[in-house]
Amino acid sequence: MRRYLLNRLWQSAVTLVLATIVVFAGVRALPGDPALALAGEDRDPESLRAIRQQYGLDQSWLVQFWQFVSHAARGDLGESIRTGTPVRSMIVSALPVTIELSVLAILIASVIGVGAGVIAAVRRGRPAEWAANALALLGLSVPHFWLGLMAILYLSVALGLFPASGFVPFFTDPVANLHHLILPALILGTGLSAVIMRQTRSSMLDALSADYIRTAEAKGLSPKAVVGKHALRNSLIVVVTIVGLQLGALISGAVVTERIFALPGFGKLTVDAVFQRDYPVIQAVVLVTATAYIVINLLVDLLYSVIDPRIRVRGEA
Amino acid sequence: MKPVLAVKDLSVTFRTEDGPVSAVDRVSFEVTAGEVLAVVGESGCGKSVTAMSIAGLLPRTATVNGSVELDGTELIGADKRTLRSIRGREVAYIFQEPMTSLNPVFTVGHQIIEVLRTHIGLNRQAAHARAIELLKLVGIPSAERRVGDYPHQLSGGMRQRVMIAMAVACDPKVLIADEPTTALDVTIQAGILDVLRGLRERLGTSIVLITHDLGVVADLADRVAVMYAGRVVETAEVHDLFAHPEHPYTVGLLGASPAAGRHAESQRLNEIPGLVPVLTEQPDACTFADRCPRAIDTCTSSQPQLTDGPHRVACWNPVRERVEV
Ligand SMILES: Nc1ncnc2c1ncn2[C@@H]1O[C@H](COP(=O)(O)OP(=O)(O)O)[C@@H](O)[C@H]1O
Ligand code: SF4
Ligand SMILES: [Mg+2]
Repeated sequence: MRRYLLNRLWQSAVTLVLATIVVFAGVRALPGDPALALAGEDRDPESLRAIRQQYGLDQSWLVQFWQFVSHAARGDLGESIRTGTPVRSMIVSALPVTIELSVLAILIASVIGVGAGVIAAVRRGRPAEWAANALALLGLSVPHFWLGLMAILYLSVALGLFPASGFVPFFTDPVANLHHLILPALILGTGLSAVIMRQTRSSMLDALSADYIRTAEAKGLSPKAVVGKHALRNSLIVVVTIVGLQLGALISGAVVTERIFALPGFGKLTVDAVFQRDYPVIQAVVLVTATAYIVINLLVDLLYSVIDPRIRVRGEA
Repeated sequence: MKPVLAVKDLSVTFRTEDGPVSAVDRVSFEVTAGEVLAVVGESGCGKSVTAMSIAGLLPRTATVNGSVELDGTELIGADKRTLRSIRGREVAYIFQEPMTSLNPVFTVGHQIIEVLRTHIGLNRQAAHARAIELLKLVGIPSAERRVGDYPHQLSGGMRQRVMIAMAVACDPKVLIADEPTTALDVTIQAGILDVLRGLRERLGTSIVLITHDLGVVADLADRVAVMYAGRVVETAEVHDLFAHPEHPYTVGLLGASPAAGRHAESQRLNEIPGLVPVLTEQPDACTFADRCPRAIDTCTSSQPQLTDGPHRVACWNPVRERVEV
């Protein structure tokens, strides 16, 4: 297990270095001269040179890259060109919102998806399966920005059940925080819960016809243990993989959801930075996203190996 | 002696998309305490279905009729709760595929402990200690370490031993072993058979041993029931059956020389031309008639019934070489 862990950490480090290079080169490859954009009205050669010097744009790419990496490694991500605020503090305030939203969305989607999937598999060919399938189809085919708008319109505005927008930090007021986030998280998780439901259903059907289920039944275990333990544990291996693959879609979904519910999260930060051509912010945002991706994948892999002992041991061998 | 397991007129029909399939037809047999009954017959003749129906393990598409009495308790038509309480405790199973019959995501120890905790209510520690004891009982070396292994870390033979340990965990009255050695290497089979023999001798467990292998039958069985197309066609004490098979199908299985199987190491059933028919309903005729070298007119117009006595046969024209002696 330790060996497997080290292996995965090493792979992650390599990926992170590659991602950094791509981010750096990507931002540099954007059309337009950042110095020109920064200079605004004042475009005489003198001030352009001054700007280039200030942001190190007159140095070779190699030097620039080194500076970027060494600063970033120390947690210094520069300052916003627009507001002068340190990029780091912008990220520190935006990231928790997005993380909480995403984690909540994954939790809700997993509970709904796994629950409905198990029911659909066990109640095969009965109304419960039909209902679960129909809901999943709906969850997959309805765009969630529309769902979000409808939810705001009916649940928040008309019925006043949830706040329509805004955010309260968890440590300020946990109840208000959840009250603000539960609806966006539910909306963000609809697609994911539909995917999880379908995957759970099909892998449960596979698992339920396996020989080891016959063994479990022959042992006199209760249906709860046969289905909820022996079959589900095996199905979850596939489900976790699918969830891992869906995280990309979830993160981009978070951008849209934050927009709709006016949450001051990472998505909003990204969109604003892109519209305002705030290069240091864009660079930082992309780097952090890439890092998050890598970390999440690592976690998914670890979770996977916790659920499936065969992976653990293969890594050791 | 009063039988531990008494199966009487057991019939099983499956509902399928192509209509009903009659898999087992009025099968009867008895197993007394500590006895090993071998059930033999070609693939598809209903051995597994018979075995599974004993503890109600067939899918919902199966209709089961007849009677299965375990120590006086009727199991056919018993409610789910009763069935669950006897499964793994009074009747335990070993299946053919040791590679897939254990759950890959739980340790073998856990899978044994689960039975103990379900039926005997042992606490965690006691169950763990008992699991190690059971692994030792079935001859798994360094059981203390192996108890924490996952199935994929064990060889096929070791997994089958784990299956046996799990099956005998609650000291069941009847052990049903459905081709326990078929999927294993010949070299490993002997070890598994030794374990089964040991269990019968030490624990007095009755065993229903389903097999293709006449060597296994000669080695372990006290009595044999021969099945063909869902029916028991002959049943006798093992030496009697090998020495004097009466049903033409049994004779075919054993080969030209009826005694050949007695000491054979691992002799498979003989090939008999033709296939086991898949029946939608049981005809009023001998189902072996179109493959039988001894068929007479009666065979196609009337179904032969099992005779009474220690050596029973269902045949209109049985082989009776003994008469010449
Ligand atoms: N679930 C099922 N549905 C329909 N037919 C079945 C089912 N299980 C077994 N059968 C049929 O019952 C017959 C006996 O099968 P089985 O008991 O498995 O044979 P074997 O003697 O090889 O163990 C076969 O013809 C098989 O096709
Ligand atoms: S009843 Fe007739 S057909 Fe059937 S086994 Fe006996 S002799 Fe052969
Ligand atoms: Mg079989």
